[in-house]
Amino acid sequence: MQARLTANDLACRRGERLLFRHLSLDLASGEALHVTGPNGIGKSSLLRILAGLSRPFAGKATREGRVALLDERLALDEALPLGKALDFWRGLDGTQDFMPIEKMSLTDLLDVPVRYLSTGQRKRAAMARLLGTKAAVWLLDEPLNGLDDEARVTVERLAAEHCAGGGVCVVASHQTFAVESKRVLSLSDYAS
Amino acid sequence: MRENGKNPLRFLMLLHRDLALLLPGGRGEAGVLPLLFFLAVAMLYPFAVGPEPELLARTGGGVIWVAALLAAILPLERLVAGDLEAGMFDQLHLRGISEEWAMVSRLFAHWLAFAPLLLLATLPAAALLGLSGETTAIVLLGLLAGTPGLAAVGLIVAALTASLRGGAALAGLMTIPLAVPILIFGAGALARSDTSGLWLTAAISLALAAVAPLAAGGAIRAAREQ
Repeated sequence: MQARLTANDLACRRGERLLFRHLSLDLASGEALHVTGPNGIGKSSLLRILAGLSRPFAGKATREGRVALLDERLALDEALPLGKALDFWRGLDGTQDFMPIEKMSLTDLLDVPVRYLSTGQRKRAAMARLLGTKAAVWLLDEPLNGLDDEARVTVERLAAEHCAGGGVCVVASHQTFAVESKRVLSLSDYAS
Repeated sequence: MRENGKNPLRFLMLLHRDLALLLPGGRGEAGVLPLLFFLAVAMLYPFAVGPEPELLARTGGGVIWVAALLAAILPLERLVAGDLEAGMFDQLHLRGISEEWAMVSRLFAHWLAFAPLLLLATLPAAALLGLSGETTAIVLLGLLAGTPGLAAVGLIVAALTASLRGGAALAGLMTIPLAVPILIFGAGALARSDTSGLWLTAAISLALAAVAPLAAGGAIRAAREQ
């Protein structure tokens, strides 16, 4: 898996406020980065810029390989059973693989409408959607929120496996995230 | 990557989901309400102006047009806003499906979800108003030509107001002036002996439908930057 994620002198503005500036990073295959910082410092904004979903105020972000983003928004149809809702993305991603659903232990929940899922279950569903993309670059925004210990370990292990397989993983979280040989970027250092 | 968005199979999957969302009886909230609203207007009109057949036959076509325009506003609230909140367009974008392309699918689905049933409902509405067969035919042809334009205007406005609080009410107000050209030529065809009004309505519709995905896609991208 070939992956690379670079950012050059990024700055991000939200409204009238400059959140961070002069941020550069370069992640090659197999590297993981943990973005830390207090609430509102711009972790989610950074991930959205890295994903190419929003434009930085200054600087440039480039990506090699497909990008997948996990954030607080589930992007699953609330009224549909989980299985059907995931099927839409599985169809678009062209995968018949049941592995993501099993890995996130969602097999028993496939008939449950998405709107009845708990916070942790929703997070697991979003993770299954992310696994299905087979993307090289993972951008995880608070992936451990609401997860129980077991699911937490699973997500950390999956991220480690992803990096070991040559992927790139960026985790934005104020919690600890146990992945070996990760780099840590404290966004407070770039605050203006 | 980006070319993948034009893979016809993926477009069909997108259209399939959009239709499931928007068709009456589907997951969308609007359902058959716009149709009932449309029929209610046709039913109430004779009560308001009196049952004179001559008056009804002369003005009924125009009433159907106004009712159709207002009915087209009702489904706009959830047309784009729900998916924007859910992050659907973000996830599509990451899969190389541009916002414009997603809006092409949404436009088709929106038209298919409301226009054919509206045309069907025009028949009982025309009967309630006592329209002649000839007038009914012109109304039907006019609506057939005009509804793609109404759907396009609706989509643009729904995308523009999707990220706003109270966007639904604003959507209604914004749709009306944009839909006036369609109304003028579509309803105007009733007063003419030739078909030029219908052709002009169709031309406006096509132009609006061509512009709508670009405008709506741009609106969704702009909403992200907020």
